[in-house]
Amino acid sequence: MSGVRLLVGTRKGAFVLTSDGKREMWDICGPHFAGWEIYHMKGSPADPNRIYVSQTSGWYGQQVQRSSDGGKTFEAVGNKFVYDGPTGTHQWYDGTPHPWEFKRVWHFEPSHSDPDTVFAGVEDAAMFRSSDGGATWQEMAGLRNHSTGNRWQPGAGGLGLHTILIDPANPDRMYIAISAAGAFRTDDGGQSWKPINKGLHSIYIPDPNAEIGHCVHRIALHRSRPDTVFMQKHWDVMRTDNAGEEWREVSGNLPTDFGFVIDVHAHQPETIYVVPIKSDGEHYPIDGKLQVWRSRTGGNEWECLTRGLPQANCFVDVLRDAMCVDSLEDCGVYFGTTGGQVFCSPDGGDSWNAIVDHLPAVLSVEVQTLP
Amino acid sequence: MIRVVLPAHLRTLAKVPGGEVTVEVAGAPTIGSVLAALEAQYPVLAGAIRDHGTLRRRPFVRFFVCAEDWSHEPYDTPLPEAVAGGKEPFLVIGAIAGG
Repeated sequence: MSGVRLLVGTRKGAFVLTSDGKREMWDICGPHFAGWEIYHMKGSPADPNRIYVSQTSGWYGQQVQRSSDGGKTFEAVGNKFVYDGPTGTHQWYDGTPHPWEFKRVWHFEPSHSDPDTVFAGVEDAAMFRSSDGGATWQEMAGLRNHSTGNRWQPGAGGLGLHTILIDPANPDRMYIAISAAGAFRTDDGGQSWKPINKGLHSIYIPDPNAEIGHCVHRIALHRSRPDTVFMQKHWDVMRTDNAGEEWREVSGNLPTDFGFVIDVHAHQPETIYVVPIKSDGEHYPIDGKLQVWRSRTGGNEWECLTRGLPQANCFVDVLRDAMCVDSLEDCGVYFGTTGGQVFCSPDGGDSWNAIVDHLPAVLSVEVQTLP
Repeated sequence: MIRVVLPAHLRTLAKVPGGEVTVEVAGAPTIGSVLAALEAQYPVLAGAIRDHGTLRRRPFVRFFVCAEDWSHEPYDTPLPEAVAGGKEPFLVIGAIAGG
C-alpha cells in the first residue's frame, strides 16, 4: 500500500512523520539534530530515499545533512557557501549599502531527474547548486549579479531566497522568490534572470509598481501547467498565466489577503489553498480561528475550511515553507504552525486532523508520496 | 598533544560524545594552529567555529585559556605552556543566549 512521509523542520530539530495511504495513524521520529533550527528538508523526486536538510544555528552556522535511506540516518556534507567573485553590496534596512554575507540556507530544491543535483536558496539572497550530492556548492551568480541586485533590500526576516520552482517540462526554466526583492525567472538554467513582478502592487515601497522590491512570501505551480504560477504576496494573492510576464490579483472574497503559504492541489490545477493571517502587524488567524481557504476556480472565489481546525483561542502563524500536498488519489494537504501543530487533510481540505500537537515552532513541511 | 573542550552541539556534530578531544600540532601551538588541527581532524567543524571564507571567529563563540578570555587574541598568539603541555585544555565556548 502506498504511503506518505512528512519532513518537518522546526526551531529545535527535524521530525519525520510516516503513515500509510489512509493517513490516520502516524509514526513520529525525532528530533533529529536536536536543538538546531531546521529551515527546510526536502526529498529528491528522482530518489525518495535521498533527503537534504538545512541545519542552522545562530551560534555555529550552517550545516547540510543528507540522508540516503529515507531519513533513517543522515551524514553531514558540504557547508561551504562562498559567493562567486566580488560580493558588492545590497541595500540594508536603512537604505545604506551593505556587503553580501552568507547566513543560512532557507530552501533546498532537488533536481527532478538527478538525486545528486540540488539547488539551495540562501540568505543573503543567492542561489547555489550542487551536482555531487551536496558535497560542494557553486553559486549561480547570474542572479545576485542582476543589475537590480544592489537595490535588493531584506524583509524583516532577512534577505532570503525562499522559494525555488523548477518547470517539470523544462528544467532550464526556474522561478524563484526573494523577500523582499520579488520574483525572478530564468530560461537558461540559471545563467541569466529576469524580474517578473509586473502587475504586483505594493503600497509599502516608494513606487508601488516597481520592477523589484515586492515582498513575495511564496509561489506555487501545478506540474501540468508550468506557465501558471500562484503567489501569496505580503498582502494580495496573485496569479500569472504567462510565466510571470504579468500578474493579476485573485484575492476575491478572502477575509484578509495577508498570509505566507500557498499551494496547488495535486490533481486539480485550478484548486489552490491559502491560510489567511490577520495582518502584517498581527501574525495570527482572524479572531483566533484557524482557517484554510480553498479556491476551486484558481482564485477570486474562495471557501472557508474549518472542520477539525481550532476555532477558538488559536493565535499561531503558518510560515511560508510550511504547507504541502501529496499526490495520492485523494490529495492530502498538510501544514504546520508556529505552535508546533502539524495538520493533515486526507480529503483535499474538507476535514483536518492534528497529526501532532506540541512540536517546536514549525518552519517547514514537505511531503513525499511513497509507492 | 592539545586538549580541546567543545560545546555540546559541536561534540554531537563531530560525533565525539566525551568531554574533550585531543589534537596534535607541530611546533609551538597557537590559537590558529589548534583550530586548524581541529578542523582537519573533524572536517564537519569547518565553518562552525569560524567563517569558511574570512576565518573570523563566529560571534557567539569564544575561546578560553587558563581561565582567561582569549577570544580577541590574534590567531598566531602562542598558547601558554600549560595548554601546550596538556595540563590545561583549550576551551571553545558557545555563548549562553537564546531560547
